[in-house]
Amino acid sequence: MISILTAHWSELVEGMKYTIGSSLIALIGSLILGIIFAMFVISPNRWLRIIGSVYVEIFRNIPLLVVAMFFYIVMPRFVPGLDGFKAGTIGLTIYTSAFIAETFRAGIESVAVGQMEAARSNGMTYLQAMKYIILPQATKIVIPPLGNQFVNLVKNSSVLAFLAGFDLMYQGNLIASTTFKTTDTYLAVGLLYLVMTMPLSYLMRYLEKRWSRLPTV
Amino acid sequence: MRWRKIKQASVWWLLPLFVLTLMLTGCGQHIVTKDVMQQVAESNEITWGVKGDMRLFGLTDIKSGQVKGFEVDLATAISKEVFGKEVKINFVPVNSNTRLPLLRNGNVDALIATMTITPDRKKEIDFSNSYFNAGQAILVKRGSKVKSVKNLTQGTKVIGIQGSNSVVNIKKYAPQSEVLQLADAAQAFAALKSGQGDAMTTDNGILYGLTSDDKSYHVVGGTFTKEPYGIGVNKHQKKFLSAINQALKKLEDNGDYQKLVDKWFGQIAGFDGSVVK
Repeated sequence: MISILTAHWSELVEGMKYTIGSSLIALIGSLILGIIFAMFVISPNRWLRIIGSVYVEIFRNIPLLVVAMFFYIVMPRFVPGLDGFKAGTIGLTIYTSAFIAETFRAGIESVAVGQMEAARSNGMTYLQAMKYIILPQATKIVIPPLGNQFVNLVKNSSVLAFLAGFDLMYQGNLIASTTFKTTDTYLAVGLLYLVMTMPLSYLMRYLEKRWSRLPTV
Repeated sequence: MRWRKIKQASVWWLLPLFVLTLMLTGCGQHIVTKDVMQQVAESNEITWGVKGDMRLFGLTDIKSGQVKGFEVDLATAISKEVFGKEVKINFVPVNSNTRLPLLRNGNVDALIATMTITPDRKKEIDFSNSYFNAGQAILVKRGSKVKSVKNLTQGTKVIGIQGSNSVVNIKKYAPQSEVLQLADAAQAFAALKSGQGDAMTTDNGILYGLTSDDKSYHVVGGTFTKEPYGIGVNKHQKKFLSAINQALKKLEDNGDYQKLVDKWFGQIAGFDGSVVK
């Protein structure tokens, strides 16, 4: 395994760059999209609720590979310039956002109804109440499940390997198929994924601890 | 309690399976020495190993279960030429991993299975003269600016199949082109169709199969590597081998070979595989 790491270090690092890049973009994108669609799902407006639920149910229940393949094979006919990296990252973002929306919905719904009612009766608008009262409390609740989603996202970015997206898994496949040292290669790749996901796990755990010390609103 | 019993039982089932595997592996070393010419003369039956998943060459028809393709037809013609019109011809589907062991065990008498004549394989088996001019080529959309592998310059993308030799080759012949590697030929072709690359590269045989499926793509520029296909027979079958070569020559001379080429590849634009050397 050491020989694979030393002999193919530059390819593996190149792959890690793409994996981290795709994961970071997808992390930010899916967090934003996820919060927006969570708001849709719990919205008092019926049509927003329908749009939100349809979005979440569709992308939560289709395999990531199918979503990513759709953006790689079908979408370029309408949107030129959608290469493997972009298509994979978009697929990853949308797929993960459906899970994040569900996570946030659960978090928001776990905040007592009285909080919203109290905020509204003090003259806040719905959005103000969300922003200042509900979301800060919900965020604290959703941190642990959100951490799971982020770690999953980094691992799921290996879907890029199927779209020639130059990520760590793609490089691993190429190294394995040229050196025939399959076991060693995938052990090395697994190790490098650990190197990327472990710090993320610890960061989320740290946030969890820190935020739990903050006073409840 | 019940689970444990089932587990114990399954161990007893696995044991004979394991022994059987060992025995079968041992068989791989055994080389059939019986003369094929004599054997077929006695039984009036010959068995060919053919591809079952290769469009145009040997593809199993799902409805009838029969293998159809250029190689199947050529094997039929050769068998009739060598052993007479009445001979019974069997076809056994093989793949790249099973074909050599099957030939050496005597499960098949000869192989006609998109097999390139290579020095390494020549150590194991004997090859007939080449019957198909295979080699690596490129596939592009009709009207593409790419006319041959030389046009794959800086800024172009070429799609290949992960782990295949053709990917190593294309880096030699088009060093400036970016190579995208996808899992298999179907995915690579889908990526080409959606514009992920300017060309796709692999063996011309596979590319011809793809163009027969979608006429808006064609093979351009001919082959840039030489990987001719030959019929494989066991060593010590010199008589059978020379009979095959004579039959190939005769089929070419009387035009039957060309008829088969026209039947399977007549519709393929840019075809240049026909050869009997």
